[in-house]
Amino acid sequence: MGEREIIIDVRGLKNSFGDQVVHEGLDLSVCKGEILGVVGGSGTGKSVLMRSIIGLQTPTEGEVEVFGEPMIGRDEEEAKHVRRRWGVLFQGGALFSTLTVAENVQVPIKEFYPGIDQELQDEIASYKISMSGLASDAGTKYPSELSGGMRKRAGIARALSLDPELLFLDEPTAGLDPIGAAAFDQLILELRDSLGLTVFLITHDLDTLYAICDRVAVIADRKVVAVGTIDELLALDHMWIQDYFGGPRGRAAAQRETEGASA
Amino acid sequence: MTHALPSMTVTTEFDANLEAGRCVLRFSGNLTILRVRKLSEQLNAIESNDLVVDLSDVERMDTVGAWLVHKLQRDRGATIVGASREQKSLIDHVAAADQPMKVKRDSEPAFMRVVGQVGLATNVIFGTLYGLLGFFGALLISTGNIIRHPRRFRLNAITQQFEVVGVNALFIVGLMSFLVGIVIAQQGAVQLRQFGAEVYTINLIGRSAMKELGVLMTAIMVAGRSGSAFAAQIGSMKLSEEVDAMRTIGVSPMEALIFPRVAATVLLMPLLGFYAAIMVIVGGGMFCWMSLDIPPVTYIQRIREVVPMTDLYQTLVKAPVFGMIIAMAGCYQGMQVQGNAEEVGLRTTTAVVQGIFLVIVLDAFFAVFFTSIGWA
Repeated sequence: MGEREIIIDVRGLKNSFGDQVVHEGLDLSVCKGEILGVVGGSGTGKSVLMRSIIGLQTPTEGEVEVFGEPMIGRDEEEAKHVRRRWGVLFQGGALFSTLTVAENVQVPIKEFYPGIDQELQDEIASYKISMSGLASDAGTKYPSELSGGMRKRAGIARALSLDPELLFLDEPTAGLDPIGAAAFDQLILELRDSLGLTVFLITHDLDTLYAICDRVAVIADRKVVAVGTIDELLALDHMWIQDYFGGPRGRAAAQRETEGASA
Repeated sequence: MTHALPSMTVTTEFDANLEAGRCVLRFSGNLTILRVRKLSEQLNAIESNDLVVDLSDVERMDTVGAWLVHKLQRDRGATIVGASREQKSLIDHVAAADQPMKVKRDSEPAFMRVVGQVGLATNVIFGTLYGLLGFFGALLISTGNIIRHPRRFRLNAITQQFEVVGVNALFIVGLMSFLVGIVIAQQGAVQLRQFGAEVYTINLIGRSAMKELGVLMTAIMVAGRSGSAFAAQIGSMKLSEEVDAMRTIGVSPMEALIFPRVAATVLLMPLLGFYAAIMVIVGGGMFCWMSLDIPPVTYIQRIREVVPMTDLYQTLVKAPVFGMIIAMAGCYQGMQVQGNAEEVGLRTTTAVVQGIFLVIVLDAFFAVFFTSIGWA
């Protein structure tokens, strides 16, 4: 791992809300081209970590570097250049409710590349939407007309609209049916392979972890307690990790993965 | 560092050469969204239909670049050569995503749109009136249920609404009424002075305050403070499915959410209205004392002589009705929220506008009615 370019570098991160300390002394680095899964119990601050990295939450202490550039205390103009290089999928999709799905996808394009004519924008929107697995009539729909899973797919279409190098996904498969979730995993894998994406993935979905994550970071006790492949994590003697992967769901996911590999 | 800086390699160049009768497009550099606008125009300018696309010098390609190449392949039968494995997979990926996709809503001609909007607006007006009537009926049924089963009466909810609607409004309603009193006294005095009838300023203040100003100003303030809050609260509860959750648990939203709010507003409007009327009179009295040298004792004496009890009755009759209308408009609009967060804002605005409008319309009817029964 040592030679690979580091895309996200978090050092000594501390986040606190009032008296409640969410993170303390958290270190994490994400290498280029990998899919890093972030797991942790509810309320351990997985989303807060993501928000700190993308600059929506100013940490109390610590440093965050993305693409080798410090993200804390940057002014809007400078941060913009970094922002166009990543895409974010929020937990609920966070689509703009007054725009259609196609218009949602076009928002980042309009913002960063204003010169592109409408026809090409429509074409881009249409293949992005189709890529994210939505039906052909989804482009004209408003987010309120979509189901939760469709909203998520529309969200990823928007996150992908600028062909980002780095993709943040906050529980992308939560709320999807198993077939849809597997297709979603496959989509992320394919995009990573063809576009050289780096993916920062928060998830509770053990199948996703087994199927697509190169490494998994475990957040517990306010910091990242371990990072590594699932096999490496399983070798560790950490109670929460053992419970997480060794529980019935964890074992079932591992079972499915080995069957899938041998099939 | 051997690789060039990203900013230096963003350009995409392509040569168009005729080789063996075919037009060969040789792309180099980055084939990405950054270059796509110019590229798209340049590609359209090439007329030959026998194209070969050579990608061997392309350093980076994103999906937009792949899309352009795919379009050349699809529309003009171009042959792709020199694509690396990743590029090929990217193009295949984009090609697989190339499916007929509607991205624009069908638009109608302008005339039809205008007619449609007029129809829609009319529909909304009558729909709202009809809905409000139905809502009123449902509220009466719930009230009946609560009276028959007094255990369902939510004392805590009502007390809390008393505080929010009434107690918390005391300061702003009082201040506003006090200032309005001063303004009425001052404007009235200026006009009446011309006839040497300055002393009638007291009649003006006393009667207008008790009959109209107190209750009307309060109604407007309550519509702005509480009617809007009702719509927004209930609206966001509807969005987060709290109202549905309530129903499934067996709690009637009508009894738990709407009855307390309407009841609190209906009960508190007369008190607030009376309080506002008194504050108008106090404000006017201050002005009379300061500017017209009418001592408070005389002022109060005159007020008692010129303001008949029927003026107070008018306020006390109108206030609960206004309160009912404001609270119902707020709750009804809140319950109509569905879809997105924007709707909450829209419905809140509608609740306030509708509440104030209906209050003023009814006030006109009340004025005619009270005059005809001799409460002038």
